[in-house]
Amino acid sequence: MPIAKPLAAMPVRGLFSLLALCLMLPLLSACGFNTIPTREEQAKAAWSEVLNQYQRRADLIPNLVETVKGYAAQEREVLEGVVEARAKATQVQISPDMLTDPEAFKAFQESQAGLSGALSRLLAVVENYPDLKSSQNFLALQAQLEGTENRIAVARRDYIEAVRLYNTSLKTLPSMLWAMFWFTGNEPYETFTISEEKMDVPSVNFGTSSGG
Amino acid sequence: MGEAVSRALTTFGHRSIWLALVAGFIWIAAASAVAAAELPRLTGRVVDNAGIIDAASEAALNSRLEAFEARSSDQIVVATIRSLDGEALEPFANRLFRAWGLGQAGEDNGVLLLVALDDRKMRIEVGYGLEGTLTDLHSKLIIENTMVPAFRAGDFSTGISGAVDDIIMVLEGNAAELEARAKRSQQSDKGSGWPVILFFLVWATFFFGGIAMAFLPPIFGRKIGPGRYKWLGMTVDYTKSRGGSSGGRSSGGWSSGGGGGGFSGGGGSSGGGGASGSW
Repeated sequence: MPIAKPLAAMPVRGLFSLLALCLMLPLLSACGFNTIPTREEQAKAAWSEVLNQYQRRADLIPNLVETVKGYAAQEREVLEGVVEARAKATQVQISPDMLTDPEAFKAFQESQAGLSGALSRLLAVVENYPDLKSSQNFLALQAQLEGTENRIAVARRDYIEAVRLYNTSLKTLPSMLWAMFWFTGNEPYETFTISEEKMDVPSVNFGTSSGG
Repeated sequence: MGEAVSRALTTFGHRSIWLALVAGFIWIAAASAVAAAELPRLTGRVVDNAGIIDAASEAALNSRLEAFEARSSDQIVVATIRSLDGEALEPFANRLFRAWGLGQAGEDNGVLLLVALDDRKMRIEVGYGLEGTLTDLHSKLIIENTMVPAFRAGDFSTGISGAVDDIIMVLEGNAAELEARAKRSQQSDKGSGWPVILFFLVWATFFFGGIAMAFLPPIFGRKIGPGRYKWLGMTVDYTKSRGGSSGGRSSGGWSSGGGGGGFSGGGGSSGGGGASGSW
């Protein structure tokens, strides 16, 4: 009897522990299962911030162009270049769902780089107009533009970091298993490949068409 | 025999895993210490690592900033460093701001006034929550009109004190918003306490209740059989669970830095607002 009792209890106990394990399975999945959706959302949020700051820059431009026009209307070519680049940049928008599309991302990056280039050409031209440079209006716009460019840089850095975490979670254990069996539709996000500083190289041409 | 060997092997395996884990932790700790070494430590509201602020101004700044934080919950910190070591000013300022976590968490109402002496550059980095009040233009004007002239004259203490006065003036200028912010921070401090206390109570009930049930019934309860006691209407049986769970495991908590100095960041963040200048 003392021997038979544990033997009889064994299968029951085994069943119980099996049941307990099954019940705890959802808890177990917390190590890795939540990682992918969490990081995906973080990357999306970081992307929204990038778009937000680029939009902020685009919103500043009409004012900037008007101010420069007041002092240097003859710089038509440069001013039109900025207006065109802005129109192009605001046309190319990427919703968070399109972040996996390399083509769309490249187009976005190039359009914003085009605007950065046009803006730096404009600011280089402004150097020729001391009155414009010292006008309160222009100083205010310049401070805002600098601040926005810096915010863009920060937002881009945050996005790059968020995407790095997200893409890593798709390729490393244990979350990789969830990506294979559960989140099969999740693909790595595209990220910025060229640094902002490199895109901004101003093309100043000495001698050809000087304004002042 | 074979069983003993395999057991020895598994214990050896466990030990080597533990060793590897410990080594890994030490390595991570060392690596993070190396990475954080280049950022100055937040020793107070004025971190004068370049040594350009005289003692009297530093004390005055400290008390001003402390009084202002008590009133508004905004955290303003002045930091001076000798050199950026080739790093650009803006990323460094942002990194420092986030590492120190200036401003209250969720409110992000911090301001960092950074001066890099050898690079002859300064920056006012503004947290997310103050971008609307202390705009980029305000920061730029404070730098150009207050700091640069004093710095060019070599009077760093005056320039920094003046800039701090200007920053406080701008932040106070929007008085209604200032009061609302201070009130929100107080409320959030109060509000965040309750869930923590509640959680702790529930946790403590389970945790200490379990421990208490292990030895209180034999002391206070009525014995109704070998190893069985009746206490507070519950019948507790010690014969069943004996030996069931033998391995006690101690969970060692760790404390995350912080302590020591009287001042620490509230956990705020910055998105790169503010302005830079040079002299």
